[in-house]
Amino acid sequence: MILHALTFYLFAAIAVAAGFMVISSRNPVHSVLYLILAFFTSAALFVLMAAEFLAMIMLIVYIGAVAVLFLFVVMMLDINFVELRKGFLQYLPIGALIGVILAIELIFIVGTWTFGGDTTLVAATAQPMVIEGGNTEAIGRVLYTDYVYAFQAAGIILLVAMIGAIVLTHRSRPGVKKQNITEQVHRSPTEAVELRDIPPGQGI
Amino acid sequence: MEELLLEYLPILIFLGVAIVLAVLFVVGALLVAKQNPDSEKLSPYECGFEPFEDTRGQFDVRFYLVAILFIIFDLEVAFLFPWAVSLGTIGLFGFWSMVVFLGVLTVGFIYEWKKGALEWE
Repeated sequence: MILHALTFYLFAAIAVAAGFMVISSRNPVHSVLYLILAFFTSAALFVLMAAEFLAMIMLIVYIGAVAVLFLFVVMMLDINFVELRKGFLQYLPIGALIGVILAIELIFIVGTWTFGGDTTLVAATAQPMVIEGGNTEAIGRVLYTDYVYAFQAAGIILLVAMIGAIVLTHRSRPGVKKQNITEQVHRSPTEAVELRDIPPGQGI
Repeated sequence: MEELLLEYLPILIFLGVAIVLAVLFVVGALLVAKQNPDSEKLSPYECGFEPFEDTRGQFDVRFYLVAILFIIFDLEVAFLFPWAVSLGTIGLFGFWSMVVFLGVLTVGFIYEWKKGALEWE
């Protein structure tokens, strides 16, 4: 139990520190690498909450794909990031104002929050349960039947994302020589080769 | 709960060993190796010239297209895992709901195939 708490605080601290480094590091590539660290530690936190499937999906989708996408975006932009950050501090007052407003709202929310009468009961229910058959199966039992509309909406969103990415970034370049295998196979000898009967001593 | 986390304990131990080893090598190199830097040693070197430009070259936008198409099909496969595990309990409705989902994405797949987005040139 003590190991559980220790790992939680370790990974949570690393996640918060990595999140801070994402916004504060000068090189955007370093920002993406810190983002990967933040994703990884949150996957570890998911494991600590016994949400194994979400943790592994976090590893596959966020670290394996989204982080790579961010790297591509960073490498595609032709921006001098040092110049971009020169006026960084002039946004400090408005950022601080928004931060203070959010902090006041948080204080209002937490200040009105009271514990229930029996705190031992709350502590007992805070532990996540281990579902029979693992939580991959638990997700599968409800996702495709009870939440079928949300699931199909996810499919439509993926389709829109696919079409949008193709429409925005794909352009066919004219004049590129490509191998067209069907065309090659369908060539017939009658149109490809011509036999001429040449008399000796004369050209065509 | 505790038994489940105990299965992940070896990963934590491996992680700890990896971090300790990595820190050991870096700190060991700093402590043991002879450090005698000068400005010429630390400057970037490009065949006898000063570096002409930033090392960060700009990527072609086509890499982005490949990456985003990869993410979409990655997510599709991620949805297949819980479906395959729980196929025995969700019945025919669950089966067909996944078939419809796959059908929607197949429409997109045919679109990108016909559009030539998968070809590199």
